[in-house]
Amino acid sequence: MKRLLDMTSGASLPVERIGGKALSLFRLQQNGFTVPETLVVITDVYDHFVDATGLRERILLELHRKDFDQMRWEEIWDASLRIRSLFLSASIPETLRREILDTTLERFGSTALVVRSSAPGEDAASASFAGLHETVVNVSGEEPLLDAVRKVWASLWSDASLLYRQELGLDPERSAMAVVIQPMTAGRCSGVVFTRNPADSREAVVEAVHGLNQGLVDGAVEPDRWILDRRSKTIVTYREPKRERISIPGPQGVSLADLSGDRVEQAPLEPNEVHAVFDMALAAESLFGGPQDVEWTWVEDRLTVLQCRPVTTATATATDQRGWYLSLHRSYENLVVLRKEIEENHIPAMEQAAREMGAVALNEISDDALADEIRRRRDVNDHWVQVYWSEFIPFAHGIRLFGQVYNDAVRPEDPFEFVELLSHAPLQSLDRNRRLEAMAERVRFDPNLRERLEQRKFPSEDHPFMQEITEFLKRFGDLSCSAGETVQCAQGPGALIHIVLEWAAQPEVSRPLAGSRNSQARIRRYLDAFGEERRQWAERLLELARASYRLRDDDNIFLGRIEARLAEAEQEALRRLAEGGASSEEEVRRRLKEVMDEKPDAGTGAGGRQEAGAERRSYRARQLVGQPAGPGLARGSARVVKRPEELLDMQRGEVLVVDAVDPNMTFVVPMASAIVERRGGMLIHGAIIAREYGLACVTGVPDATDLIRTGDEVTVDGYLGIVTLQ
Amino acid sequence: MADPSEDIRSRIAALFETQRLAVLATQGPGGPHASLVAFWGAPDLQRILFATPRTTRKFANLTERPQVCLLIDSSRNVPADFHEAMAVTASGDARVVADADRPDSDVDYLRRHPYLKDFLRSPTTALVEIAVERYSLVRHFQTVMELLPKE
Repeated sequence: MKRLLDMTSGASLPVERIGGKALSLFRLQQNGFTVPETLVVITDVYDHFVDATGLRERILLELHRKDFDQMRWEEIWDASLRIRSLFLSASIPETLRREILDTTLERFGSTALVVRSSAPGEDAASASFAGLHETVVNVSGEEPLLDAVRKVWASLWSDASLLYRQELGLDPERSAMAVVIQPMTAGRCSGVVFTRNPADSREAVVEAVHGLNQGLVDGAVEPDRWILDRRSKTIVTYREPKRERISIPGPQGVSLADLSGDRVEQAPLEPNEVHAVFDMALAAESLFGGPQDVEWTWVEDRLTVLQCRPVTTATATATDQRGWYLSLHRSYENLVVLRKEIEENHIPAMEQAAREMGAVALNEISDDALADEIRRRRDVNDHWVQVYWSEFIPFAHGIRLFGQVYNDAVRPEDPFEFVELLSHAPLQSLDRNRRLEAMAERVRFDPNLRERLEQRKFPSEDHPFMQEITEFLKRFGDLSCSAGETVQCAQGPGALIHIVLEWAAQPEVSRPLAGSRNSQARIRRYLDAFGEERRQWAERLLELARASYRLRDDDNIFLGRIEARLAEAEQEALRRLAEGGASSEEEVRRRLKEVMDEKPDAGTGAGGRQEAGAERRSYRARQLVGQPAGPGLARGSARVVKRPEELLDMQRGEVLVVDAVDPNMTFVVPMASAIVERRGGMLIHGAIIAREYGLACVTGVPDATDLIRTGDEVTVDGYLGIVTLQ
Repeated sequence: MADPSEDIRSRIAALFETQRLAVLATQGPGGPHASLVAFWGAPDLQRILFATPRTTRKFANLTERPQVCLLIDSSRNVPADFHEAMAVTASGDARVVADADRPDSDVDYLRRHPYLKDFLRSPTTALVEIAVERYSLVRHFQTVMELLPKE
């Protein structure tokens, strides 16, 4: 049978085979709306493709590595990237290839095309989430067309779809994707209309931009915005933006250009046109029996509907974080702004704050002043924690944008190859480890010093070694207290000296891998994949991704310094309270006690959990599966770290098993032979630092710290993501 | 009547075509050890391939004691299995496929299990070949026929 459906021929199939978008376009066309000519690649083609290439089972394998409910968003993103990469590298069987190319050529000639998703569940009234699936605009040529179809197919398994899989009825065993192919309509202006304002059900919203609506949809171009009263159909408010940019067709895809000439001053729509757009959308609303979100474009005199779907009212609950995860997908432009803000304002301000706090001589101030100081430091800390979530985390996810661009351009066999282009950047934690190594080196060559340190007879403050220790503590804080939430820091330089001694006991700890020539070749291959005019952009994106990668590690170090200053003040308070003294003094210490009692949830961190170690079990784990996050194979004795202070027991050659590697913990990494982490993801701190040191790493192992115990002999296979207990 | 040896051969070859998983038995220091593996059987019945991570118990066992056997069966977990199902046990020596032979063997194995490509390509995965010395084919609940594929 014909598997590419020409809608103008009037044929119709059920939504399961043509998808929601195609069905709604078909109904619009039947009812007299202007829609672009449309070809539908029905779901049978998708099925044929995934069966013929073996992709169906590979997708299922990818999605069944662990229970869905145990997957973090980052793991879902990773799975989605792998699946996308499978689609991009699989070749379409010849018969299908010809069918798609010949039918499209016959129907549209060599005109530029738009390729859109049309998933069966996508536009159902109960499940309309914008931006779930891919749309590829302005496609010319055979290979780009097939690529676009593959990308749209792959987007059935985008991280957004996987997050909303229940609402979408997404079923890894059965779901399939139809694809809509249309000629590109480059209207003079475009936009969206919501027949019901998601923010106020009595209103409707019309948004419009000059040129294509791509920039409007992804947030790069600010639209003119009209709010209308649904009942009286009058314009209630109009907001005029600063019109600066316009989306225009590039050689392939869409480019942003500066808006020039009259159009800077001119609204894209006249008031009567605003009404025409609204009337058209109202007609769609009555056709489909509910509020609609319509994408439109104005081609000469004709108002054309590009797509139409039901408006959903967001029913996000407080515990539903999915919207937030998806907000981490930022555009290049947005990331550039974020980076500037972080590098020029936030980080210097954080350093400044840590410096100021460090200058206060805590042991000299009064109890009252100390109480005030603790409160102040808590506020400072809270502020930066908030900035961390709202600015740093979204920026750190910029590496994901690069990953997708890299994979699209280079088509590597390993979908995480792109990380190699980002690593070997100067990370704060590597700098810290280099200083540790320098101190260890001093101890190695000075047996006298080593002996004194081992006996805890520390040299005087002006000894060069002690100066380095002081300098280190000032710069990085006390490793043992910045490693977690607890205020139980080791006293003074003792803990740090213990770590230096442990480093010194080894000939030389692992060094981070130097940037290889291999990565230089990869960078060239990446840049060569772009045409002359996109090359600069590709270079800038790589630069941005490197900054993002660095920040993923560094932000925690900066935050760690602030936390360390807070911990230091709290520790001083605890010390004074422990001293107690006469009852009259207790009265004096009252404020200090109050302040310490305010501390939210002290001590309920990692240490609060009951240890399962003592209980006898009739089962044990023999082999655990996670994600292969750092290639390598290593065997060693497990060091399970549940509390930050346990890091200090770490010995060379042990396999570090933790819930989550905090960058402040990475000083023990060079001593480890491998890393196993409960938290999952390819781009989390543990995985990043393991790759920097060339260590085997497996992440996303459920209950790792309970199933593995300190002293167990474990083998870590970082290629397959397997941890075997002997 | 058809050549009984040809009949047995074609039944085993048919099992190779229809089944994907089989039970591998290895010998360990503490006793026998059984594992489910994804296999490919050569049409001439001379050899069977399967892949395993090198960190597994089955791999340690077969490296120490190469004598293994593999049970392939067509049961569907229904009562009719008792009269319909067939099972064949292949025994022989297992060895890791040499690097030089990998390209050809990989093609054979991946044709049967294309979704295991990443698994097979991992440097920590071994592709193992059993040089089959004897097949025991069980049909009709209790009929057992033996076949020496090399003769």
